[in-house]
Amino acid sequence: MKYSALSLLRAGLGGHKDWPRAWRDPEPKPHYDVIIIGGGGHGLTTAFYLAAVHGVKKVAVLERGWIGGGNTGRNTTIVRSNYRLPELHALMELSLKRWEGMSDEINYNVMFSQRGALFLGHSDSDMLQLAQKGDAMRADGIDAELMTRDQVAKLIPLLDVSRTARYPVQGGLIQRRGGTARHDAVAWGYARAADRLGVDIIQNCEVTGMDITGGRITGVQTTRGPIGADRVGIAVAGNSGRVAAMAGLRLPIESHLLQAFVSEPVKPMIDTVIMTQSLHCYISQSDKGEIVLGGDPDAYPTYSQRGAPHIIEKAAAEALALVPALSRLRMLRSWAGTTDMSFDGSPFIDATPVEGLYFNGGWCYGGFKATPGSGWLFSHLLARGENHPVAAPFRLDRFETGRTMDEPGVGPMPQNR
Amino acid sequence: MMLIPCPHCGPRAHAEFTFDRPVEAITRPDETPDALVRNLFSRENPRGPSRELWRHTYGCRSWITLTRDTATHAITDVRPVGVGA
Ligand SMILES: Cc1cc2nc3c(=O)[nH]c(=O)nc-3n(C[C@H](O)[C@H](O)[C@H](O)COP(=O)(O)OP(=O)(O)OC[C@H]3O[C@@H](n4cnc5c(N)ncnc54)[C@H](O)[C@@H]3O)c2cc1C
Ligand SMILES: [Zn+2]
Repeated sequence: MKYSALSLLRAGLGGHKDWPRAWRDPEPKPHYDVIIIGGGGHGLTTAFYLAAVHGVKKVAVLERGWIGGGNTGRNTTIVRSNYRLPELHALMELSLKRWEGMSDEINYNVMFSQRGALFLGHSDSDMLQLAQKGDAMRADGIDAELMTRDQVAKLIPLLDVSRTARYPVQGGLIQRRGGTARHDAVAWGYARAADRLGVDIIQNCEVTGMDITGGRITGVQTTRGPIGADRVGIAVAGNSGRVAAMAGLRLPIESHLLQAFVSEPVKPMIDTVIMTQSLHCYISQSDKGEIVLGGDPDAYPTYSQRGAPHIIEKAAAEALALVPALSRLRMLRSWAGTTDMSFDGSPFIDATPVEGLYFNGGWCYGGFKATPGSGWLFSHLLARGENHPVAAPFRLDRFETGRTMDEPGVGPMPQNR
Repeated sequence: MMLIPCPHCGPRAHAEFTFDRPVEAITRPDETPDALVRNLFSRENPRGPSRELWRHTYGCRSWITLTRDTATHAITDVRPVGVGA
């Protein structure tokens, strides 16, 4: 069923009782052309573009829990392409352009809201770095505007821009095309769109092993039995190391955790995404009215999805100093996701040494924004066996060859990101 | 939140410590280039017990090694590092 104003009206008149299910719940087939492991945003967009763009007929997404139950449904939904390095410009801008057409492309309202993504500068050196980044972006055709303190104050009246502020604001760099989206809708929308093209979305199906003969993958073992495949793509975020180990591979990735937390819902008070160049605190308001907050990663390997309180305490303290009005809000809940921390902070989209097995991961705590771009590029690799030019630099062997993409320039350690 | 028993200071809050790397990623100058690349730039990244190098950065500043379960955070076998350890 195509969603439209008319279908909404019709279902409304019937008391919303007759909506058909959005995607099927199929039994696994014995064999697929391509299997995608992981039903997060990256796996689902990959499957969709495999069917929609590359015409691959038999595609399955295998998800051990429910789709979007991983980092897709846990992230703070900030979408932007305001990076410094040209390789990341190409990747994130390709993705941002797909965000701009997403709701139409998949006939599903993902509530993508280009409310602007602002980085605050708190010192001369912050402003210098922001100016440099803005220039680099504009040179690559990406929108960026350097703002004065007064312009920032006008944009976000609740920000403390006084001279005595704990974190004085000197100005900022805004990408007006940046913003937020509804994370669940992205998973559900692509699942539905892929399903309509014949992709099997198979939930409660954990991959537990890989069938490899003579250096070539022939299928996977799952909690719902063995399933054959000509090609297999891994897109399991925080579980990258565990799934790669099933094929005997070691990755340049450690699994860490990142927390986020939200307040009770309040009336609109912040209509821009606020980030800062010196602090690690980001603030936005969801369409439900909750203030969404995030901060530093916990910075050690863990699969617990349970963070330490001193990390959110720091993020909360920074947020309160920036926007003092937040001090009256009560926090509703906090949570964490297992992040696939690469050593230079940039992701991987690459073939593995096992023939027919491909890898997509290492998105750290910044892969939501890349969801449609990642699927676009990974589907290209899976369908053609060779990388799209935009994905080509994101190789697994780049530490060995010295071609790392270290956005902040802090050296190859996953906990420094 | 973890309570980490520093061999010098006793049990202290996790906020006083920083993680450095798994012990498998500690390299020696005489290793072959292949071994260096493998140990520095790839990980087993286990879900379960992992032998790790930490530092009591905001305490006695000593380096320590410990075995920590990456799923449950249970910590065992904490040892000092360095001369005389
Ligand atoms: C708190 C937090 C805040 C974040 N904020 C932002 C942000 O503001 N902006 C941004 O761009 N990014 C952000 N991120 C990062 C972003 O969420 C991730 O990079 C992105 O969601 C990764 O997408 P994915 O589809 O690869 O992962 P996931 O959604 O985690 O999907 C992976 C799926 O694989 C499944 N899986 C794992 N193992 C197996 C197996 N053996 N068999 C079958 N299935 C398996 C999992 O169940 C999971 O559903 C944040 C992350 C966190 C944790
Ligand atoms: Zn100590």
